[in-house]
Amino acid sequence: MKKLLLASAATMIAAGAGYAQDSETLNVGVILGFTGPIESLTPGMAASAELALTQVNDSGAFEGYTLAPVRADSTCTDSAAATAAGERLVTSDNVVAIMGADCSGVTGAVLANVAVPNGVVMVSPSATSPALSQAEDNGLFFRTSPSDARQGEILADVLEEKGIESVAVTYTNSDYGKGLSDAFAANFDGEITINTSHEDGKGDYSAEIGALASAGGDVLVVLGYVDQGGKGIMQAAIDTGAFDTFLLGDGMYGQSLVDTFGADIDGSIGIVPWSEGEGTEAFNALASEAGIEPSGAYTRESYDAAALIALALAAGEPTREGVKANLMAVANAPGEPILPGELGKAIEILKSGGDIDYVGATNVELIGAGEAAGSYRYYTITDGDFETVEIR
Amino acid sequence: MIDLLNALVALLNYVVIPATAYGAQLALGALGVTLVFGILRFSNFAHADVMAFGTMVVIGVTALFQSWGISFGILPTALLALPFGCLATIALVLGTDRVVYRFYRRVKAAPVMLMIVSIGVAFVMNGVVRMFVGTEDRTFSDGARFLISARDFKAATGLDEALSLKTTQAVTVVTAVIVVAALFWFLNRTRTGKSMRAYSDNEDLALLSGINPEHVVRVTWVIVAILATVAGTLYGLDKSFKPFTYFQILLPMFAAAIVGGFGSPLGAIVGGFTIAYAEILFTYAFKKVAGYVLPEALQPDGLAQLLSTDYKFAVSFAILVIVLLFRPNGLFGGKSA
Repeated sequence: MKKLLLASAATMIAAGAGYAQDSETLNVGVILGFTGPIESLTPGMAASAELALTQVNDSGAFEGYTLAPVRADSTCTDSAAATAAGERLVTSDNVVAIMGADCSGVTGAVLANVAVPNGVVMVSPSATSPALSQAEDNGLFFRTSPSDARQGEILADVLEEKGIESVAVTYTNSDYGKGLSDAFAANFDGEITINTSHEDGKGDYSAEIGALASAGGDVLVVLGYVDQGGKGIMQAAIDTGAFDTFLLGDGMYGQSLVDTFGADIDGSIGIVPWSEGEGTEAFNALASEAGIEPSGAYTRESYDAAALIALALAAGEPTREGVKANLMAVANAPGEPILPGELGKAIEILKSGGDIDYVGATNVELIGAGEAAGSYRYYTITDGDFETVEIR
Repeated sequence: MIDLLNALVALLNYVVIPATAYGAQLALGALGVTLVFGILRFSNFAHADVMAFGTMVVIGVTALFQSWGISFGILPTALLALPFGCLATIALVLGTDRVVYRFYRRVKAAPVMLMIVSIGVAFVMNGVVRMFVGTEDRTFSDGARFLISARDFKAATGLDEALSLKTTQAVTVVTAVIVVAALFWFLNRTRTGKSMRAYSDNEDLALLSGINPEHVVRVTWVIVAILATVAGTLYGLDKSFKPFTYFQILLPMFAAAIVGGFGSPLGAIVGGFTIAYAEILFTYAFKKVAGYVLPEALQPDGLAQLLSTDYKFAVSFAILVIVLLFRPNGLFGGKSA
């Protein structure tokens, strides 16, 4: 009897929920590397993206529709697994758009094998490889992080301003490192004495330092990861006296860098993607409230990627084609600037026929084929700490 | 004359010193691998993780000592903690032998099966180490960082080239020499050492002459644990400790052991230095040295590098293949693998 009561109560609740939900559910794919090398970053990224969708649902402005995130695992490294996951999102979950993927390699694979054949928009928060700018995407690929082509330009500019004309380059042996070093080499007018890779996860870098030191140069350009080979290379360079000033790519930015080397690397310079201003502060407050660490890598970009998808859905037909047609328009001027947390207001403006310019957490401005222009913080290391020179 | 000195210093700084320290670390690791192979007759893929475990304990005890204010002058405190690391590691490998390997020895399992079992053991130890110490990178060397620092050397000699000798590099080589000398004395002069060699040469004959196999196995594990802890600690002192990088040095260690001749302690040492010097020499850019030594007309335009550093691992394996082709038992004629 008790069981029967419980069962009927449960049925009533379920039925009630069904009645309340007379809106259509739109699935949005969230494909990130929940397992693999960046598994420590992706939970924060996914939570940020889902925060944007929840805000849209809670605002009630997007009448008649509910946005539902559907997660899938890109693995960051295994293109076949990522493609299968993307395939699942598009066919069985029937998503209207995909937020992701994360790492450049798998993003290219999902784009070519799933997104383009099915006409689904992808907005990646973190794939930075310059090669993706030239990918055959039928106008379906966007990203909220800047391409490393731009980082390469800025690295070269910074050196030229300092009057440094001869450098040695070492990069981490991956799509990221190779792409960034190529972009840098293409923009740097001075002499590159040697441009060679290093493997991450090895302890001994004597051979690499021997070659770099022999080639010489005023500065060693390190395009690697701070918790990986990049740090090992720097340690060996300082120990042997081969180099004592460095130019550091974005992967080398981290507190552990100055904790390890302190004043030994005074005078070194570097750049890292950065955003500041109202939008960033608004996002930080919202994320902290939702229990997300706001300073985590690519959380802002993830929020913006999901927010752009939601706004593009609301701007026209809530279909795959609608997202593709409207994404650029909601991201860029002209229109009312939209900060994080104002998504409901943005949708109301769109519904009443107005224009919006999504600013978001990272001052989104999509250029070229739909990638963020991005801003970088140019810093020097002074007295064993980061010191901002300027944001550019 | 000054040019010649500069060239010499450059070679010392970028080739000889780092290769010698790296070679000593590889040699100690390879010795452990080769002893297990010679006496227990299987390739122990868990060796790198035993090294990581020992180093982890040393790091813990070092931190404890530092919090008590105990230090070792200019030498790293970790050397004082080393005996405790060895004890913990001995307990670990004897325990593993008791729980895992003994069973397979009793049933006279094929070496291939034991090898696969050791891969399983490696994964378990991998997990244990990560559970306790985490996956991140840590540095635990203290004391004086340099015996000769690059800046001081330049100031003192007025040469263009710098020479640096890290305390950890000197400690590595000295410790390796002491450990290897003790090991050879033990194997060649003591009764237990001789019985180990007898057991390794011919198991049946050794059993007939009354050697207790379980005793030999236990002593072997104790030595292997000490070698692994010392090798792991020296490597971590010189570079830094990260469980993942320890797993990665398994391959050069095996290459060293095989090049030298699997099962031959002397071979493991020669193999370790061969691999280390080859990796560095084949990928060294001789441009700078040539610039000092050669007259201007003969100086190379390029880097004068045999192979790009991208290929440094290919170098170790090319040597491995060549040795196996021409001397299948290794340079010092160990057992065939």
